[in-house]
Amino acid sequence: MTDDSFRAAVAAGVIGAESAYASLLRSIVEVARAIFSAQRSSIFLLDEEADELVFEALAGDEEQGLIGTRIPSSTGIAGWTLVTRQPLVIENLEEDPRHSREVAEKTGYVPKGIMSVPLLVEERALGVLQVLDRPARPGFSLQEMDLLGLFANQAAIALDLLQRSRRAKAALEGGSADVVVVARVAAALDELVEDDRARALRLLEALEDVLKK
Amino acid sequence: MEDAPGDGAAAQGSRSAVADERALPAWSLPPGAADQIRLDFAWPDRVTREWALEGATGKGVRVCILDSGVDPNHPKVGEVQGAVEITVDADGNPTASPDEEGDLCGHGTACAGVIRGLAPECEIHSVRVLGAGYTGSGPILLGGLRWAVEQGFDVVNMSLSTTKRQFAEVLHELADKAYFNRTILVASAHNMPVESYPWRFSSVISVGSHSEADSGRFYYNPNPPVEFFARGVDVELAWMGGKTIRATGNSFATPHISGICALVRSKHPQLTPFQLKSVLHLIADNMGGSAA
Repeated sequence: MTDDSFRAAVAAGVIGAESAYASLLRSIVEVARAIFSAQRSSIFLLDEEADELVFEALAGDEEQGLIGTRIPSSTGIAGWTLVTRQPLVIENLEEDPRHSREVAEKTGYVPKGIMSVPLLVEERALGVLQVLDRPARPGFSLQEMDLLGLFANQAAIALDLLQRSRRAKAALEGGSADVVVVARVAAALDELVEDDRARALRLLEALEDVLKK
Repeated sequence: MEDAPGDGAAAQGSRSAVADERALPAWSLPPGAADQIRLDFAWPDRVTREWALEGATGKGVRVCILDSGVDPNHPKVGEVQGAVEITVDADGNPTASPDEEGDLCGHGTACAGVIRGLAPECEIHSVRVLGAGYTGSGPILLGGLRWAVEQGFDVVNMSLSTTKRQFAEVLHELADKAYFNRTILVASAHNMPVESYPWRFSSVISVGSHSEADSGRFYYNPNPPVEFFARGVDVELAWMGGKTIRATGNSFATPHISGICALVRSKHPQLTPFQLKSVLHLIADNMGGSAA
């Protein structure tokens, strides 16, 4: 194993946890909701293999039961945002009863207004971030649109990093047993606090000396 | 409703006689041949909005909406003269078949309504490239653009973009082909910090948003790559089921410039894409200090 892939494997063991991933998704929708003082915010992520968007996270409601719902990747406002790669804002969505019904079935909530932005990293589209029902105010500004784009960009970069480490972790878990042990040890070490960590490191260094002999 | 191949732009008349008469492309101008490429088009001393637009309705201009389809029954859209759905084979070769489904999500109808509002007598042709899922969307987009360029539409509205680098080269070739074929590509700029196409190519007209509630107002941007700003905030749009909605995005600024291009093209059909872009620059609301 090369140094690089070894480091990647250890890093994956440390940061690729499902709990970290769920926390990041939750944090993104909570911050998006707060930035725009909105009622709700949600994320759909693209499952490329199934060619579907998966409803992954929601802020603004305790009702999380519809998380995991899937929609075809190019339908609805989310799908349209994904395939055109263009952010957009719609103010009076209640005018479209067909859309409202579909969205209600998928997400349990019918928005009046929606801001929808693609999550793009380099050339890949990861999914769509939506901010629902921010306070109605006259003169929606292009600065808000730019802010939405900037925040979506940051969110996409963070998501991409975690998705990569999840994939590395999955590859690792399917790999050789000795690498898995090392990654597990690295993850355990990472969770220790100062004194314990220092002691554990001394122990590992001693082990390394023994192994080298 | 499929368009016949080669049923070209409203005006092909001023294309170089030299190039048409020879088997070889005109790489150089032979001695004494200058008369054969004489340009009779009479430019005014000063290009004004009146010269460019007054009395224009879009009549005779064929506008293609490369999008999610167009709802033909919407009062803001009116008659749709052609509607096809694009599919591609394994090699990416496009097939256009009659589209009976109209619009799948509302996006194309919204764009068509803006264009119809500005250029009431233009022809609207829908080329559906969105709606068949994310995975195959790139090849279908390329196939649709290739087909649209081959049809020789006067204006192609692209309120979409792709971030896939693998498509950039082909998109660039198609954009240049359109440019030399007298087809004006109008494409939405991206207001996100990512590389995307085709709006970045200089052979297309790229459009971002301004926030004024005036559909005829547009600005030339002296700091490209975005070249023009048109109305893109809180725009009233045609929507599914005969409804209207209000929305914001460069997707809706783009058809404003497409509509204005259709107007100029209908009044001055001989303008090439490069000349038409120059006219847009000359009549922009910030030109010559005319922006109030």
